[in-house]
Amino acid sequence: MNMLQAINNALDIAMAANPRVVLFGEDVGVFGGVFRATSHLQDKYGRERCFNTPLTEQGIIGFANGLAAQGSTPVAEIQFADYIFPAFDQIVNEAAKFRYRSGDLFDVGGLTIRTPYGGGIAGGLYHSQSPEAYFAHTPGLKIVMPRNPHQAKGLLLAAIRDPNPVLFMEPKRLYRASVGEVPEADYELPLGVADVIREGRDITLLGWGAQMEVIEKAAALAEQDGIDCEIIDLRSILPWDIETVCNSVLKTGRLVVSHEAPLTGGFASEIAATVQERCFLYLEAPIRRVTGLDTPFPLVLEKEHLPDELKIYEAIKQSLNY
Amino acid sequence: MTGDELCIPIFKRLRQDGTLYPDDTPQGQGNVSQGDKSQDASPIQRDPIERDTALKIYRTMLFTRVLDERMLAAQRQGRLSFYMQCTGEEATVIGSAAALQDDDMIMAQYREQGALAWRGFSCDEFMNQMFGNERDYGKGRQMPIHYGSRDLHYMTISSPLATQIPQATGYAYGQKLAGKGQCTITIFGEGAASEGDFHAALNMASVHRVPCIFLCRNNGYAISTPSCEQFAADGIAPRAFGYHMQSIRVDGNDVIAVYEATLAARKIAVETNQPILIEAMTYRLAAHSSSDDPSGYRSKKEEAIWRDKDPILRMRNWLEAQGWWSEEEEKATGDQLRREVLESMKRAEKLAPPALDTLISDVYDTPTPLLTQQLEDVKQHIRKYPHAYPKGAASMGFTAQELEVSRKAYQARQQRMQSHQPVDGGQTS
Ligand SMILES: Cc1ncc(C[n+]2csc(CCOP(=O)(O)OP(=O)(O)O)c2C)c(N)n1
Repeated sequence: MNMLQAINNALDIAMAANPRVVLFGEDVGVFGGVFRATSHLQDKYGRERCFNTPLTEQGIIGFANGLAAQGSTPVAEIQFADYIFPAFDQIVNEAAKFRYRSGDLFDVGGLTIRTPYGGGIAGGLYHSQSPEAYFAHTPGLKIVMPRNPHQAKGLLLAAIRDPNPVLFMEPKRLYRASVGEVPEADYELPLGVADVIREGRDITLLGWGAQMEVIEKAAALAEQDGIDCEIIDLRSILPWDIETVCNSVLKTGRLVVSHEAPLTGGFASEIAATVQERCFLYLEAPIRRVTGLDTPFPLVLEKEHLPDELKIYEAIKQSLNY
Repeated sequence: MTGDELCIPIFKRLRQDGTLYPDDTPQGQGNVSQGDKSQDASPIQRDPIERDTALKIYRTMLFTRVLDERMLAAQRQGRLSFYMQCTGEEATVIGSAAALQDDDMIMAQYREQGALAWRGFSCDEFMNQMFGNERDYGKGRQMPIHYGSRDLHYMTISSPLATQIPQATGYAYGQKLAGKGQCTITIFGEGAASEGDFHAALNMASVHRVPCIFLCRNNGYAISTPSCEQFAADGIAPRAFGYHMQSIRVDGNDVIAVYEATLAARKIAVETNQPILIEAMTYRLAAHSSSDDPSGYRSKKEEAIWRDKDPILRMRNWLEAQGWWSEEEEKATGDQLRREVLESMKRAEKLAPPALDTLISDVYDTPTPLLTQQLEDVKQHIRKYPHAYPKGAASMGFTAQELEVSRKAYQARQQRMQSHQPVDGGQTS
C-alpha cells in the first residue's frame, strides 16, 4: 500500500467499526479529496457520514468541535496545512481548551483533524508549510506525524480513537512515494511514543514525518565514514516522548534534530532546550538543529531552502569533530 | 439592488402597559419570513403563554435581576473579580429558553444567565462558579459568569466571541444524525455576528440542513460600538436570506413575542431540519461589564427611553392584567430572592478553592508525564514558600499556623536583607 491507501484504509476501518465516525472537509465527498484520501467512502457510508463542506476552514473546525462535543467522532480534513490558520482560533482557543475550561463537563475528545503538510513538491509558499510548532505551544492538543504507510494507518486509527483532540499531519510528498507492507487488520500504534528506527553508538538523529527519509540518507552517508547513528522518529510532537530521546542522548552524547519548518521557534528548539536541561553532563557537543531557513517557503530555490541529507551529514560530522 | 427595499418588521405581541396588540394589526402579523416565499412557515401559536410557564418565566426574570444587582455590588465591593449583567435582555433570553425542550442544547455567549436559571441552575451553582470554589463545576479555571451545565444541556461559556456559533451547527448536525428530535439554540450579540464564525456557521447550517436556532440579541451596542458602526444594512435578520434561511425579527423586550417566535422556530427546526435566524431587538440597559462605564459613549436620555421599555415591567403589567400576579407577591418574591442570593453568596465565598491537583487535570483525559512532573515541581516549591501560595498550600494540607510561621520567617529574612546583614551567617541557601 502507499500512504494514501493506508490512510483511506484506516478511515474505512474506523467508519465501519464506529457508526459515529463522520468525515468532512473541502472536496472529501464524491470526489474523495484532492489527494483521494477519502475515495469511495461516501459511496460506502452515505452522504451523511462523508460529505463536502462549504469552503471555510474556521467553519469546518467549529462544526467539528460542536459535533465532537455532541458525542460524535468527527474526522475533519483541512485541504492543506497551509490553510489551517483560519481555523487556528477554533483549534487553539476552543478544541484544545474545551475539557479544561469546563472542568470535564464537556470535551471534544472525538475530534481528529487530518491535514497534508510539508514541502518538496514545488508547492511554493502555500502548499509546503509545516506548521506543527504553532500548535505544539497549545496544551490540550495532540499532534501526530507519520513517516510511512504502516505508521499512517496505525497512528491514524489511534488518533481517531484517542479521547483527546488530535492534529494528524500527513507528509504529502510521501502520499504516493512511500510504499510498504501494511496489515489489512485493524491495529493501532501508540501516541506520544517515539520510534527508535535504528540503534547506534555515536550520535542521535531525531526527526519526524517526511524528514525521516532524509535523515536516514544522511545516516547512510555518515556510516561510510564509520559513524554509527541512532535514528529516532518522534512520531508525536505533542505530547512528545522525552524519555526515549533523552535516554538515547545519554548514551550517544550528541544530538542532531532536523525539521522542514523554519529554525526560529521550530519544535527543535523545544527539544534542544529539554535535552540540554536533562542531559547536560553527558553532552559532548552542542545540539545541532538542521531546519528550513527563517524565510517563507520559496518555490524555485526549494532545494536550497530545505534541510536535505547533505546539510544533515555536515551537521553530524561537525558534532563528531567538535 | 442593495436590499434597502426590504425592511424586516418587528414581530410584537405585548404593549408596555401589559395589553396585547390585536392579532390583526400590522405588528401582530410579523411572521417567520423567508427570501423564497414558496415555503410557507408554520403558523405561530396564538395563545399567550400558559399560566404556570408565565409565572416561572417571570420569577426567573426577577431572580436574574436580583442576582445581577447583588453581584455587581459585590464586584464593586471587591468581593468578586468580574461580572456581567443581562439587565434589559431578560425577556429575550428567558422567553426563548422557555419555548425549548429541556434537553435541547443551549450554546450561549455570556449574557444568558437567565436561560440557565430557567433550566434550574441553582443560586449556589451560580455562586460557586463566580467564586471559583471547590464546588465550581469548572474547577475555578474560568472568569466569573462562564457557566456550564452538562445536566441542564447548557454548553460551558467561553470568552472568544462567536466561536460557539459554528459549534452549534455541528452540535445540531449530530442531533440530526441521532434522530431524537432535539435541536440546538445558539445565542449571541449583534457584535459577535460580525465575526467570520457567524458567516461560516449559518452557511454550513443551511447547506447541511441542521436543526439549529440562531438567536441574535441585538442590544444596540458591542461594548462602546453602536450598531450603526457594526453594520450598514438592516440589522442581522436579513442576512439569513443570503443563506436561504428563514428569519424573524422580534421585539426582544416582549416576552410573548420571543416565546412564540422561538416555539415556531423550534418546530421548523426539528420537523424540517432547517436552521432559523431570530433577531431580538432589545437594549443593553447595564454597562457592558463591571469593567465598563457607558457614560463615555451614550446618553442618559437614551438609557431612560429604554428603561421605560423594561421587559420585566412589561411582563408584570400583563401578568397583573391576567390576574396572575399582585403587588404583594412582587414584594414578597423580591425580598425572598434577595435573601436567598445574599445567603448563597456568603456560603460560596467561604468554600475552599479547588484542589492544587486541578491545575493539571482535564488538559488531557489523563495528565501527561511532563504535566505530572510540572505539578510535582510546583508542590516542591510551595513546600518551600507556603505563605506565598496560600490557596495551593491550604489544599496541600498546610495549616493557617504553618503558613504564619513561614510568612514570619520570610519576613525576617527580607528585613535582614534590607539591613544588609548576611543571611544564615554569611551563607546563602
Ligand atoms: C474574538 C473576540 N474579540 C473581542 C472580544 C472582546 N469583547 C468581549 S465582549 C465584546 C462585545 C460583544 O458585543 P455583542 O456581541 O454585541 O454582545 P453584548 O456584549 O452586547 O451582549 C468584545 C469586543 C472577545 N471576547 N472575543
